[in-house]
Amino acid sequence: MLADALLLQLGYNATLVTIGACLLGIAAGVAGTFLFLRKRALVSDAISHATLPGVGLAFILMVGMGGDGRSLLGLLVGAGISAAIGLLCVHWLTTRTRLGEDAAIGAVLSVFFGFGIVILTIIQTMNAGRQAGLEGFLLGSTAGMLRGDAILLAVSAALVLVLVLILRRPLELAAFDPGYAQATGWSMGRIDLAMMGIVLVVTVVGLKVVGLILIVALLIVPAVTARFWTERAGHVVIIAGAVGGVSGYVGAAMSAIAPALPTGPIVVLVGFAMFLVSLLLSPGRGVLASVLMHWRYQRRVHMRQGLLALAQGQPIFETLTHRLLRRAGLILPDGVPTSEGQAAAAKALLDETRWSIVRADQSFAAAATRYDGLTAIETVLTPDQLNEVDARIKAPEVVA
Amino acid sequence: MMGSEFVALSLPPILIGVCVAVACALPGNFLLLRRQALIGDAISHVVLPGIVVAFLLTGVVAAGPMLLGAAGAAVLSVIAIDLIRRLGRIEAGAAMGVVFTAMFAGGVLLLERSDTSSVHLDVEHALFGNLESLIWLDARGWSSLLDPAALAGLPVELPRMAIALVVVAAFLWLFWRPLALATFDEGFARGLGLPTEPLGLALVVVSAIAAVAAFDAVGSIIVIAMFICPPAAARMMTNRLGHQVAWSAAFATLSAIIGYVLAGYGPIWIGASASVSAAGMIATVSGVILGIAAVAGPHRDKVS
Repeated sequence: MLADALLLQLGYNATLVTIGACLLGIAAGVAGTFLFLRKRALVSDAISHATLPGVGLAFILMVGMGGDGRSLLGLLVGAGISAAIGLLCVHWLTTRTRLGEDAAIGAVLSVFFGFGIVILTIIQTMNAGRQAGLEGFLLGSTAGMLRGDAILLAVSAALVLVLVLILRRPLELAAFDPGYAQATGWSMGRIDLAMMGIVLVVTVVGLKVVGLILIVALLIVPAVTARFWTERAGHVVIIAGAVGGVSGYVGAAMSAIAPALPTGPIVVLVGFAMFLVSLLLSPGRGVLASVLMHWRYQRRVHMRQGLLALAQGQPIFETLTHRLLRRAGLILPDGVPTSEGQAAAAKALLDETRWSIVRADQSFAAAATRYDGLTAIETVLTPDQLNEVDARIKAPEVVA
Repeated sequence: MMGSEFVALSLPPILIGVCVAVACALPGNFLLLRRQALIGDAISHVVLPGIVVAFLLTGVVAAGPMLLGAAGAAVLSVIAIDLIRRLGRIEAGAAMGVVFTAMFAGGVLLLERSDTSSVHLDVEHALFGNLESLIWLDARGWSSLLDPAALAGLPVELPRMAIALVVVAAFLWLFWRPLALATFDEGFARGLGLPTEPLGLALVVVSAIAAVAAFDAVGSIIVIAMFICPPAAARMMTNRLGHQVAWSAAFATLSAIIGYVLAGYGPIWIGASASVSAAGMIATVSGVILGIAAVAGPHRDKVS
């Protein structure tokens, strides 16, 4: 059944919805990356919650004009208008009053959502409102979507994606190097406006798929996930788009075979699963990589300290050090160094002695900053410099 | 409107609403000044999976296990946010967004998949609560307030919320000076030897207590609105911390009372029959108050 859904075998509408969700996911992933890199990820949460009053008022207006109020296009236009008002409120509160952006986001989010709830309870008392199905906008519901709505979803998602791709260059520039963008004549105000416009459109199109409470995840999670895999600007955008696309596609397909469940949480959890895998396994920043790095570092420190102890003729009691040296064939089980062990210990001691001279001499100040107790000095100084240092090592003296 | 019906049907919800509003607004002042305003938002989202898991484990809708579950979820989310922020070197806001949406999504799916049709637990209830249903059936009029037998029939949410309010107020009163210091000049506070990090964590925990206690009675919308709107409005009124906290408590009380009255009686005044969501209306009123303060408050400007 899931295989059928993933291979788009569940009929025309479900296929359209799945493809639409995939396109929407790509657009959200790409747009979210710019938002994330500008450190304004949570603005989208305010935008999405601010759509609710618009949806409700559009429904009432359409019923008042004699329709049944369920035209998806009309509802989405209403959502867009009230989201834009919410965005303006956030902007106004941040620039004109002493409130920070986080407070402005929280205020707009809760007040607009609360007002939306008031309107929803009004709609429930209307005759036409009983079957309105506006609750689907809270958590997303794609099951049993009408043909026209599915086409609208797929087409608008495709349009959003095209829009994002057209505006990709200036957005990328502004996200990674605002100073350069300004110096080359771009207006940051306009770029930010374009970015917020795109986020707004993504949010509105995503309402029916992911729902207004969780759409913020579709914008943030792909970008955060992508950040684990690369340090390069262009690659973050591509990976985030891919993660978003997969979340949308798999989430909508799974939702098609479980029509009772809301779509939004499924889409979000698919994305979150990819995030978790990245958090654990990514090569640079992942948990596993950091643990391995720490483990290797610990072993190098133990090895080095053990060798220095050997060189000074001290016994080794520390069990990990003992085991490491044993395994490397540098000592015998009773702690006596082998000939390789003696050589390595002498080498470590020489290295440490050279470092202590380098660190005591101001003229080597630059090289001394590289000292961490583990780096071999030959990797820092030239042979000539080493000779100079060696000339200063005192010959062994007889202890009286 | 002021007769026995009022005491039975409107007084308890109004009192609960006021307790919720003030209990959330008080710590909200400090969260706002520390630029952690969205913590209230995050807490109220992650509480849902905690409550659902507690219900699935115990099989009953009881206050104790649910509070424990919610508190556990809140602590788990704080740890997860911190972990992601440090390990992935991800900005705090984004880490928060990832964690609370994922936990909320998990909570919703758990709730929808499990059989909760027999009990009063669903997503909409979690979002908007049901303030209107917290009525006092034993009340016969104002005199019932002095009647121990009738008082025993008060909705349990009222004493629970009152206790939460007392806990929050006591925490702020006890730690007022260190909290104020750590909020305005963290470096100086640390220099004095104050434990600023445990203090910050304690503030979050106290906020979580207020949020969790309120969640069950009124849903998450009021909680988020009350954490932010009254303190933000109070911020426009004064430059002094003590005055700001007092203003925010006044604004919170005002929002709760006006919001409830407008929701319950407003539609009747304009000729409609049914009432609207009290939780939504209270949030709306607090937004209106914030709007007025932002336009006309004496200290609204960026530089003051």
